[in-house]
Amino acid sequence: MSIVIGAFTMGLILSLLSLGMLISFRMIKFTDITVDGSITLGASISAVFIVQEYSPWLAALLSFAAGSLAGMITGLLHTRFKIQEILSGILVMTALYSINLRIMGRSNIPLLDVKTVSTGTEGMLEKITGGASRINILGWQVPTGDLAVFITCSLIAILIAIILSCFLLTHYGTALRAAGQNPQMVRAQGVNNNTMVVFSLALANGLVALSGSLLAQYQGFADVQMGIGMMVWGLASIIIGEALVGRSSIGLTITGVILGTILFRLLIAIALRWGLNPNDLKLVTAFFVFAALVAPDWFRVMSKKLTRGLHYAKN
Amino acid sequence: MLKIDSLSKTFHVNTANEVRALQNVSLILENGSFTAIIGTNGSGKSTLLNAVAGTFEPDTGSIHLESHDITYWPEYKRASLIGRVFQNPFAGTVADMTIAENIVIAMKRGQHRHLRLAVTRAFRDDVADRIRTLKMGLEDRLDNPIGTLSGGQRQALTLLMAAWTRPKILLLDEHTAALDPKSAAKVAELTKIIIEREKLTALMVTHSMQQAVDLPDRIIMMHRGKIVEDYQHEQKQRVRVPDLMSTFDRVQKRELFDESVAGMLEEQYI
Repeated sequence: MSIVIGAFTMGLILSLLSLGMLISFRMIKFTDITVDGSITLGASISAVFIVQEYSPWLAALLSFAAGSLAGMITGLLHTRFKIQEILSGILVMTALYSINLRIMGRSNIPLLDVKTVSTGTEGMLEKITGGASRINILGWQVPTGDLAVFITCSLIAILIAIILSCFLLTHYGTALRAAGQNPQMVRAQGVNNNTMVVFSLALANGLVALSGSLLAQYQGFADVQMGIGMMVWGLASIIIGEALVGRSSIGLTITGVILGTILFRLLIAIALRWGLNPNDLKLVTAFFVFAALVAPDWFRVMSKKLTRGLHYAKN
Repeated sequence: MLKIDSLSKTFHVNTANEVRALQNVSLILENGSFTAIIGTNGSGKSTLLNAVAGTFEPDTGSIHLESHDITYWPEYKRASLIGRVFQNPFAGTVADMTIAENIVIAMKRGQHRHLRLAVTRAFRDDVADRIRTLKMGLEDRLDNPIGTLSGGQRQALTLLMAAWTRPKILLLDEHTAALDPKSAAKVAELTKIIIEREKLTALMVTHSMQQAVDLPDRIIMMHRGKIVEDYQHEQKQRVRVPDLMSTFDRVQKRELFDESVAGMLEEQYI
């Protein structure tokens, strides 16, 4: 059971990463590689502040702000200095590697016996249960600490999902969604497309860094390497979400992305349980994303060939 | 009033592909006038329209719209004064978004886009009323993605969106050229109705001589980046498609000669 709760918690934390990437990759249609750097940025800033006994909520907020700044720089490199999308992201991501090392002062900071965002929830749970270290849920004994993290992360994810859906339905959010699909149209309607790109990347990377902050607090450490491949994980989660729920409305899209991320983490947990070598995880994920991107076209071609075959078979 | 003063633009300067798209073009459009620009391919008619829309900066000259000097305003800033309909019926709307969402974007043209719910109930009622005037039955499909509509329907909506905020000038860039004949006729009719109802100033590029004769109250003919003919008032009332065709022929025959030779011949024999 603790594996399932762990996968759910991980999924909820990384759903913020996926939601950020939903904005950059899907809405504004910007292939943003900054993600790999900004998730580590969030983790390292939070680790440094939490170790120095600042409030973990303050640390999370600062992480969001720092991630936004990184996204903004990527956006400005592209819009102001006309650098290609991917290269802008790569430049910032590479710069962030050094910046993250500078922030942490070393490559790894452990976070043991520190206050995290779930400490308050844990205290409340202990009060309710009278200090029991395990709680019985549907017959399973779940450690109070794990449950507290799960509840806290659920609340954060739900809150952010609601804020994001509301934002995307406002006048500004509507224009943002249009900007990615038809830049010519939004310019003709008086929207500064460049501002939209910069704003979207700032928002997206802010969410990614927030995800990194929670990830460090949950894992109990921040590591300068932890961002590698995160972009592909986020993309895989978005693809699963779209396959699950579709994207017929904003609410459904966002729900789909969160569910997709959780399902993706569950699949990974199962695969690891079955004996998948953790070192192969990124290879498998990359292959999965490749397959998900190619499969729809492939199925279309195959079904066409099939109907052609049936046509000849009949005659 | 739109005032274009000695506007010039050369594309691909100092290359083999150098195009002098606009050469010292001056033009004044009075408020409430509806002008068509006709001309051969590469005559500069679309370039002139795009210069007003702001897709590029001119080399020399100026553009004034009402009291504003908009010569160096970026495209999105001018949009507060300008409504546009493109040739491609898919260019003016966002396919994946609903009719209501597309219109709400147009409704806020030139205004601050604040953080309030965009598609409200009051807005939907307003939209339904206005869309009913198109007589296409779209008022019941406000929540359908605009991509599910036909090219003609999308172009009619783009036209409605362009006129929504009563812009200082409406720019129509061959907006019926990519439609089937029936839809083209319908959109042309709507164009006339909307421009008259909202008393808009409009500038339309068109390939169709018939449309140029039927719809507007002034026709400008362009050739090689210059305005070569300008039919206004009684002259416009009299002009018919064959007249335009013969003017085209005359202009194109001139092209067989070098410009200086043509000028000389004209002086001596005409």
